[in-house]
Amino acid sequence: MRHFRPKLAIAALVSSALALGIAGQALAATPQKGGTLNFVVGSKIPSYDLHKETTFGVIHPISPFYSLLIRVNPDNPQSATDFVCDLCDGSVPKPTNGGKTFTFKIRKGVKFHDGTPLTSKDIKATYDKIIFPPAGIPSARKAFFKMVTSVDAPDDHTVVFNLSFPSGAFIPALATPFNIVMSKAMLDKNGMGWYAKNIMGSGPFVFVEHQPGSFVSGKRYDDYHHKGQPYLDGFKAISAPKMAVRLNAIRGNRASIEFRGFPPKARDDLVNALGDKITVQESDWNCVLMTTPNQQRKPFDDARVRQALTLSVDRWGGSKYLSKIAIVKTVGGVVFPNHPLAATKDELVKLKGYGTDIDASRDEARKLLAAAGQSGLSFEFNNRGVDQPYKIVGTWLVDQWAKAGMKVTQRVQPSPPFYATLRKKKDFDVSIDFNCQSVINPIADVTKFLGSAGNNYGSYEDVELEQIYDRLLRSGDEAEQRVIMREYEQRAISDQAHLAITLWWYKINPHRSYVKGWKIAPSHYLNQQLDNIWLDKSLM
Amino acid sequence: MYKYIIQRLLLMIPTLFGAALLVFLLLRAIPGDVCEVRLAGTGLYADPAEVELCRENLGLNKPLIFGLDTQFFDFVGGYLTFDLGDSMWTGQPIGYEIALRFKLSMQMAIMATVIAVALAIPLGIISAVKQDTWIDYAVRTFSIAGVAIPSFWLGIMIILGLLIFTQKWFGEPWMPPIEYVSPFEDLAGNLSQLIWPAVATGYRYSAVATRMTRSAMLEVLREDYVRTARAKGLMEKAIINQHALKNALLPVVTIIAIEFAFLIGGLVVTEQVFNLNGLGKLFVESVGNQDFALTQQLVMLVVLVFVFTNLAVDVLYAWLDPRIRYS
Repeated sequence: MRHFRPKLAIAALVSSALALGIAGQALAATPQKGGTLNFVVGSKIPSYDLHKETTFGVIHPISPFYSLLIRVNPDNPQSATDFVCDLCDGSVPKPTNGGKTFTFKIRKGVKFHDGTPLTSKDIKATYDKIIFPPAGIPSARKAFFKMVTSVDAPDDHTVVFNLSFPSGAFIPALATPFNIVMSKAMLDKNGMGWYAKNIMGSGPFVFVEHQPGSFVSGKRYDDYHHKGQPYLDGFKAISAPKMAVRLNAIRGNRASIEFRGFPPKARDDLVNALGDKITVQESDWNCVLMTTPNQQRKPFDDARVRQALTLSVDRWGGSKYLSKIAIVKTVGGVVFPNHPLAATKDELVKLKGYGTDIDASRDEARKLLAAAGQSGLSFEFNNRGVDQPYKIVGTWLVDQWAKAGMKVTQRVQPSPPFYATLRKKKDFDVSIDFNCQSVINPIADVTKFLGSAGNNYGSYEDVELEQIYDRLLRSGDEAEQRVIMREYEQRAISDQAHLAITLWWYKINPHRSYVKGWKIAPSHYLNQQLDNIWLDKSLM
Repeated sequence: MYKYIIQRLLLMIPTLFGAALLVFLLLRAIPGDVCEVRLAGTGLYADPAEVELCRENLGLNKPLIFGLDTQFFDFVGGYLTFDLGDSMWTGQPIGYEIALRFKLSMQMAIMATVIAVALAIPLGIISAVKQDTWIDYAVRTFSIAGVAIPSFWLGIMIILGLLIFTQKWFGEPWMPPIEYVSPFEDLAGNLSQLIWPAVATGYRYSAVATRMTRSAMLEVLREDYVRTARAKGLMEKAIINQHALKNALLPVVTIIAIEFAFLIGGLVVTEQVFNLNGLGKLFVESVGNQDFALTQQLVMLVVLVFVFTNLAVDVLYAWLDPRIRYS
């Protein structure tokens, strides 16, 4: 076994390096047409209406049937700021009217799969449904568009978004892959609920069949508006909830790829079994695991106790070891690492719990606990019954706190009661918590730390933090946003330590080497229209 | 006999009502609901107003039991109109969701039963007839191993074995298909997917039935009428097949029937291992999603299968043993 591991590591590294090289070559190589891409999906489809859903279980099989107004650049998905037009024409427009008006020119000649033309009326109808849904119509992300006052379609090829204030959060919100463009005619004729059970878009693939619980299939749309694409004849998204099945499916060539991500051990197993038939792509992941103390419960209403919790955790050491067994890796603050608004390492180490001298941090934690009258603090840690990465990171956290003299018992619950504990019952001391977003939109993503946010479970009010956020939301200048973001971060996870960030997730996508054109994005929600994927028949 | 069957059918009504009430209450005792899982489960922003709207749309804010506009009445009232309702997770009709999986589960149950019976009856008879010989020991070892090895573990070993050995022998690993095709569309494809889980499940199932067949046969072979048959010079083959086996089959039939009913909805782990889109997998998903509407109907389906299986077994008893009469 000792000889086995270095071999695996080398193989994985070589393969990853190859992946980067191959990714570069893939652009240069001429894409080949034809073939069907089989991929596995580890989640289920609730409905087809992406406007109301939140799971990648819908994104992966359904988004290839649709187009977006703008999207993350499929050839450069690693960039957090590179957005390109999908249905709009040219490049993403710059705002006018002091940052409060965005005017999009819409491509001409785009058709829905039923042959009807797609115009600005359809885009207006889509965004009206998302931002201003009629009573009783769910829209999961309307809060992303708080700055939008109206959407206009002055002619068939122009759409105008009017904002009440300039905001850096608007363009990323617009590029969210859930914002699929629907047909106004269908919505008018069949009602807002029609798209929950029916599929009709203008994307690269035309819907063929959905066998619930088994697969979704699509075939190439010959009139797709990105000329020459898609390269595939079709695709089949096969439902496989168990990770072992997904892994074996790639190994046994029943599927070529899984777009969400595997843990390091699974990557190593595949590389070890198949060698250069597997290519590995890896990336930081726009998901982060956190801990939330319940401030309705004593002593977690005391900032000193919350600071002690975060000070006890050795993030730099944890990153080194946990990244070998779990899908976590990068140390970061409230903003996705490497984003222009993210803290640098020099800025991070100034925050409580991010110092590189863990002994000093834990000494400080003990002193804070003593000052709060909580030496030898004992509490229950609520965790979610999912291995990757919750239970692994949870067990590590319990050990970290124990090293600072705390006595922690872990309560692991299946997902439904876990959410009930967080959202309804609030019967926890400290809980694991997470924030997993699609498009990297720091200004929207950091709302998680506001006590007023729908996905914040700490039960606290922090007026000062809300005021800082309000300034951040309304700032149109990136340099200014960066300064405000540091202020926000300092208060949220250091001074008040409302939540503590553990580690950012790390995405690992091993896939069959004959799958070309797809580039890993920092989110499993992104780059899933499949229009740039092709199959290299010489490697099949 | 007909009167007895009608009585049993009528008795099903309170049984099913009791089961319905029990499953309804037990599901509501579990914390959380489908809207929490659906909107907050991914870690994305979850607007509390959207979660509440989802609850309202799904009728989760209605009173539970007493009255006509209640969740319980929505559930049982559907039986009067032959409308099982819609899945809270997919919004699709539950009848459609179940029917889609039922054919796979039924085929799996039949295949596993055929494998189990084909193994269990001959092995059980041989083991009894050759009691305390090496044949008996071999059969008992085979059947004890079958009882001891969980079928899902055997399934995992089968898949890994196929992947490893096909790669070794043919250069490319092979595993069974992970999506279902109907036997009427592609029989070879269908069998190449289902034969492996059927073997994994049928082996465990056969082990139980083999042991039951052996002990029942041993008991019957010691009966006076068997001694009489031997004394009057009947061939051993005729004694076993015509006199002993039919009498020994009563407890075996019970075991086979119960196992068959269990297989319809109970192949929870094996279906996941082989990625079979059957009722067991649907069960796990519906419980995980807190899809009360679907879970309730699946439980009721299993209850119905067990109730009918028990009735069928009772009727079969009378055929196997003419001395049994029901009134």
